[in-house]
Amino acid sequence: MNTEQTYTELFHQTKEMINSHSAEMLNALRDKAIADFARNGFPAKDAEEYKYTDIPALFAPEYGMNLNRLNIPVNPYEVFHCDVPNLSTSLYFLVNDSFVSQLNARRLPDGVFAGSLKDFCDEQPEVAAKYYGKLAKTEKDGVVAFNTAFAQDGFVLYVPKGVVIEKPVQLVNILRGDVDWMANRRLLIIVEENAQAKLLSCDHTMDANINFLATQVTEIFVGENALFDFYELEENELNTKRIASTFVDQQAGSNVMVNGITLNNGLTRNNYFVTLNGPHCESHLCGMAIVDKQQRVDNHTFIDHAAPHCMSNELFKYVLNDQSVGAFSGRILVREGSQKTEAYQTNRNICATREAKMYTKPQLEIYADDVKCSHGATVGQLDENALFYMRARGIDEKEARMLLMFAFMSDVIENIRLDALKDRLKVLVEKRFRHELNKCTSCNICN
Amino acid sequence: MLTIKNLHANINGKEILKGINLSVRAGEVHAIMGPNGSGKSTLSAVLAGNPVFTVTDGEVEFNDKNLLELSPEDRSREGVFLSFQYPVEIPGVSMVNFMRAAINEHRKYKNMEPISATDFLKLMREKREVVELDNKLASRSVNEGFSGGEKKRNEIFQMAMLEPHLAILDETDSGLDIDALRIVANGVNKLKSEHNATIVITHYQRLLDYIKPDFVHVLYKGKIVKSAGPELALELEEKGYDWIKKELGE
Repeated sequence: MNTEQTYTELFHQTKEMINSHSAEMLNALRDKAIADFARNGFPAKDAEEYKYTDIPALFAPEYGMNLNRLNIPVNPYEVFHCDVPNLSTSLYFLVNDSFVSQLNARRLPDGVFAGSLKDFCDEQPEVAAKYYGKLAKTEKDGVVAFNTAFAQDGFVLYVPKGVVIEKPVQLVNILRGDVDWMANRRLLIIVEENAQAKLLSCDHTMDANINFLATQVTEIFVGENALFDFYELEENELNTKRIASTFVDQQAGSNVMVNGITLNNGLTRNNYFVTLNGPHCESHLCGMAIVDKQQRVDNHTFIDHAAPHCMSNELFKYVLNDQSVGAFSGRILVREGSQKTEAYQTNRNICATREAKMYTKPQLEIYADDVKCSHGATVGQLDENALFYMRARGIDEKEARMLLMFAFMSDVIENIRLDALKDRLKVLVEKRFRHELNKCTSCNICN
Repeated sequence: MLTIKNLHANINGKEILKGINLSVRAGEVHAIMGPNGSGKSTLSAVLAGNPVFTVTDGEVEFNDKNLLELSPEDRSREGVFLSFQYPVEIPGVSMVNFMRAAINEHRKYKNMEPISATDFLKLMREKREVVELDNKLASRSVNEGFSGGEKKRNEIFQMAMLEPHLAILDETDSGLDIDALRIVANGVNKLKSEHNATIVITHYQRLLDYIKPDFVHVLYKGKIVKSAGPELALELEEKGYDWIKKELGE
């Protein structure tokens, strides 16, 4: 039996258990999802889009899954100190793929729902039915199909029409296990017309020696003239693999910022699909990766200009050390009739060692004739002239390198529209470059 | 202060300096002139420790230390300052952070505590005035978007901050209009004392109207072929470098 067959079998054996611990809305999509998965399988390594991430190999080892929703003995509030404190957020936790019922949440404006996906489906089935699974098509991607078949819970942020959440909401994803473990979580974000919200989602691994595999499917709906920021901060361990797909649907006049920050990881594959469905959208898609050792980061992006008069700005930067490997692919599609489109894409990378590798692939497809588009991709080393200039002023070579790497990342940090996160990230990035960032900054187990 | 003996250096195997001898004492100003490609900038880069050049022979003694054995950063901390012909733009590194890092590294080398924030800002303000450098520039990224003149003023500002024993000004006059030239030269003159020395590398005589040298040397094909007092600069201005070439029998 191959890996796909094993999982398909597992699904059929455990389907009732999966369903009994989930919501009807989620269960309704499982049969189609597992059929799509059985038919298409995981994306093969020779598929162009997955050239640098061997998905079947990631699923091949055996992992435990908490399908029976056993309580995991962890109180996140006790063991966890987030690296981005003082953000005054409403804080929520997912331990593996289970929502931890809230202990001391702040009050959010009336009508806002922040919490368990399962609960949301039970409480507001009409809204859930309108959005859940509508962007993440199971026939298109094997991992999305897999996640849709197995995911039992996740997190929802629902901001109704015209409601503005002033303070950012924070979701912390904790991976915790005693044996090798898999988590399949869903995020559903709905920001209705004229509403505004900001979400910071942080990934943390608590057990460095356990092999974790986390799949995450995020669907984001941003209504007319709504504003939404989504920041993801990954601080996982070397043994953690993350495969995430984020789908964004923007309606006319909406303004979205998605920023994926990989500070520490094992293997990361992020897919971003952004569709601009109405005129006058503004869309910012940013990412930053600082990797070393044998870490791998693969960001795959697709921005679809399906309406005229929209602006998209894409900026991804990587610093690769040791034997780390990075990949970026950025496709921008400007459809026929999407006149007055502005689409900009930049991917800049520094390979700090001879062994580090970076693969970058910009792709622009333009079918409209009145547009402004640009793309630029570079892979290089630190500027030797700048290094010498700094050393000639008495700055230690190591320190000079650190300052230059930090400076290289500064525009991604400056793009952040959340001051507390921006300030904190400056500290974290500097620490990361000084090799002072480890899990002890984020959890107090070993303190 | 500085004694250069038989200095040879090359880049990618091509010999540029072919036996330089020069002696500089505290309080002196030396001008090094010469036609394009004679090795003037190479000499300054080698003294500052630019790793792209390889020293193949000779000695450089600076305040009783073997300069060639020191890293570029230690040379700076020992008091060598190079004003770059082409100051480097460093986007993302603010002038303030850059200068604070430099000052603190110098202090650490002397076993001093890091400078306090207040003292640092005071020092910045004070030294900015030496070259009339705009406060706005000090808050920007290092040299980023600076005009040619601002970059050169910024070099002298950094020199004022670091108070070197030996300042090497590499073509500091190039690209400067007459007003900027006067400001830069005034800055250099204000910083001059009997304890420090200056080497002015220039193609033209006009900078020497403002910074008066005690000695003028002509560098040609990697060697100092003529040394004299300030009058040599005027003679060069009048007769051009062909005169030197003729004298050398070329």
